[in-house]
Amino acid sequence: MSRQATLRTGVGPRRPGPRARASVARAVLTASATVAAGLAAIPLVYLLIRVLGADADAVLAALVRPRTLELAVSTVGLTAAVAAACLVVGVATAWLLSATDLRGRRAWVVVTTLPLAVPSYVAAFGWVALTPVRGFWGAFLVLTVCNVPLVTLPTLAALRLSNPAHEDVARTLGRSRARAFLEATWQQIRPAALAGTLLVALYVLSDFGAVALMRFEAFTWAIHSAYTSQFDRTLAAALSTVLAAMGIALVWAERRLRGAHARHGSSVASRAPRTPVVLGRWRVPVLLALATVPVGAVAVPGFALGRYLLGRAGTATSVDGADLVGDAATTVGFAAGGALVALALALPIGLLASRYRSRVSAALESASYVGLALPGIVVGLSLVFFSLAVVPALYQTAWMLAFAYGVLFLPKAVGAVRASVDQVEPGLEDVARSLGSTRAAVWSRVTARIAWPGIGAGVLLVALTAMKELPATLLLRPTGTDTLATSLWRLTESAAYGAAAPYALVLVAVAAGPAVLLTRDAVATVRERGEAA
Amino acid sequence: MSELQVRKVVAAYDGAPVLHGVSFTVPSGAFAAVLGPSGSGKSTLLRTIAGLHAPLEGAIVVGGRVLTGPRVAMPPERRRIGIVPQDAALFPHLDVRANVAFGLPRAQRGGARPDELLEMVGLADLAHRMPGELSGGQRHRVALARALAPEPDVILLDEPFSALDASLRAEVRAQIRQVLRRARTTAVLVTHDQDEALSMADIVAVLDQGRLVQVGPPEEIYQEPRSRWLAQFVGGAVVLPGAWRGDAVECALGDVPAHLGAGEVAREGDAVELAIRPEHLTLAPVGEGLGGVADASVDAGADAGTVALVRHVAYFGHDAVVTLDLPGLDEPIEARVLGVHHIRPDAEVRVSVTRPGIAFAAR
Repeated sequence: MSRQATLRTGVGPRRPGPRARASVARAVLTASATVAAGLAAIPLVYLLIRVLGADADAVLAALVRPRTLELAVSTVGLTAAVAAACLVVGVATAWLLSATDLRGRRAWVVVTTLPLAVPSYVAAFGWVALTPVRGFWGAFLVLTVCNVPLVTLPTLAALRLSNPAHEDVARTLGRSRARAFLEATWQQIRPAALAGTLLVALYVLSDFGAVALMRFEAFTWAIHSAYTSQFDRTLAAALSTVLAAMGIALVWAERRLRGAHARHGSSVASRAPRTPVVLGRWRVPVLLALATVPVGAVAVPGFALGRYLLGRAGTATSVDGADLVGDAATTVGFAAGGALVALALALPIGLLASRYRSRVSAALESASYVGLALPGIVVGLSLVFFSLAVVPALYQTAWMLAFAYGVLFLPKAVGAVRASVDQVEPGLEDVARSLGSTRAAVWSRVTARIAWPGIGAGVLLVALTAMKELPATLLLRPTGTDTLATSLWRLTESAAYGAAAPYALVLVAVAAGPAVLLTRDAVATVRERGEAA
Repeated sequence: MSELQVRKVVAAYDGAPVLHGVSFTVPSGAFAAVLGPSGSGKSTLLRTIAGLHAPLEGAIVVGGRVLTGPRVAMPPERRRIGIVPQDAALFPHLDVRANVAFGLPRAQRGGARPDELLEMVGLADLAHRMPGELSGGQRHRVALARALAPEPDVILLDEPFSALDASLRAEVRAQIRQVLRRARTTAVLVTHDQDEALSMADIVAVLDQGRLVQVGPPEEIYQEPRSRWLAQFVGGAVVLPGAWRGDAVECALGDVPAHLGAGEVAREGDAVELAIRPEHLTLAPVGEGLGGVADASVDAGADAGTVALVRHVAYFGHDAVVTLDLPGLDEPIEARVLGVHHIRPDAEVRVSVTRPGIAFAAR
């Protein structure tokens, strides 16, 4: 819906001059974007080929058996439970941070966003190392505390844009504070909160590390063990299709919600003053409640880290410094490769989507979102099948792993390219041409120069995200090499917590980068409001 | 040397026709304004001249060089036509001097030319500011210097003052007009603001729904509009229905002296529409003779004119617009008068006409 609207208004002023030249440029770009989208679609397409090509009876047998149903029930149950918990806690947190007279709000925004800096398997490592919590409740706990910010941040932004006058009007018309919130404000923030919740659901669905460490039998873990320990490839492939279908359904739902959100979002940001709710005697309980999530996601693993790192002096043999440095170097190398692949695939798609909006460019952009819907384990597995069958020379090489990263994080890269190029007003390109620059010169002297910082930040974000990737890396990494994530996982699984701790520490540092980027915006908006008030 | 000819340009936008055969000529060094309401096609015309939009038919010729024509579509970078966009569109990653130098050959970018231009637009001391650090008026002057730097044959200004606030606008207009006159560059300004068009241009071309309605010097456009629409669009004429009486129109204001608009034909008694400028109406208090409260607008014959009821008065300081109900008219009319001490809402006044109006055959 929203895309349609922008499509109509967007086409006009961007249409360049003499048609022949423009159409050549457009055709070249469309062709490269089609190739890129085609490459990005390989994991999904090949998975389907693999399943459809397998013995139909075996696939059917794998799918219709009590065990598959059990897995589906546990996965859906865990996903639903975590999503619901994150929705409630996230909306409550956002409300407390925006509508009350809480002191130190800026600091609290940072603190409540901190869990984003902790990969779920690092948090799981902390809980497993310190407590006997395991199974469903363990996975539920870890995934909830790690993902709450995914709801808090968009809800906070929506609350900021929502018009408090609606709630005031509802109060004057006789509604209690709670009713007024439900009937006025909740209607305005609902799309943002639900979109965040769907992201949480998607994350839980594809999470592998936390459920595996918690020994909770979810789809991802079952796929991994079907492939690695039972060597039942047809079973792994069949389970992967089911998981992929769930992921695609979630992404589809999220896109639809986002479309609805964009339609509401056009309303003018209100300048009406907001009277904060006075916490009074609730201040202390509220502070304790706000602190719970960061404690679970950050303090517990942090304590585990401290305990094992400081206690290491006694058992110095448990960590090999050279291993850690070597793994870190490998991680950086793989991630950089993945980021470059993502950039190469994203450039034509993002450029086309930004400069030549059409049905085709919209379809290609949607195709690039495949990585968002496919859990890492599914992409990894499908590329294992693909490389074995089609390009055996690439099986378990860094190339294939970089390609997997490229596909998985392509949506981030496309988003960065598109947003950065969108920033360059077409008027600037027109002016540059009237000043004597050719199309190519305009690109290098104006468009690329202005868009580059944004694209660069996007590439960095992809690299940092790729460093934390676990399930696809486990399947695709070259034999004998380890990344920080795989080493942490391997060591934690064998209860070598002391040896695992340094890896967890480095991974948290790596993950903090993107989290800081995300938080900066949220803090900036809170600051703006504070100064305006 | 660099006369601009626009010949029978037909253009469509997204499949919808926008320009229907537009032709006009701007003599070398002249300043032309294309005036039209929003949606009249003026931006498309400008983009077509610049080579940023391909017309379906027609030609663009500058100084005898065919830029657009049958089987000719010179790309914008080779046309020698500069543009100053509405929002100035300064390159955000370059400082003021680098913006001005953008269109120069590489070897000249470090030379004296950019500094000369900054001097000309009066911004020599801001050479190393970034665009974000400039005020709205400064941005437009930089955009003008940037467009002038490569010595274009023609310069196009796309509503460059509409983003400025009213007090700044007059000043920036005057500065830009002066710079362009000194540079002797042929210029085309596109605008929906009649004050801007009339005060700046040597030639005004009025565009309505993709067609040129009239081209001429500003005085001619204002004094001899070719159509009732144009009389209302430029200067907001009062239009009254009436009957043609040979050299006057019989209407709600009595018999008003008038002549027929160019190309209009009417016989005695035909229904016509009379266009009168609001400032050509004068108001006098009812029932007071020469000795009454006099002011500049009170006519000698205080008993002459039609009695009207004042609805409201919008006071602007230098003058005022008085809205009046005339007997026998459904719509109120507006008069622009200099002094208004004696005019209050609900008072009765006598309305008379000081200059002949223009009559158009009624449709």
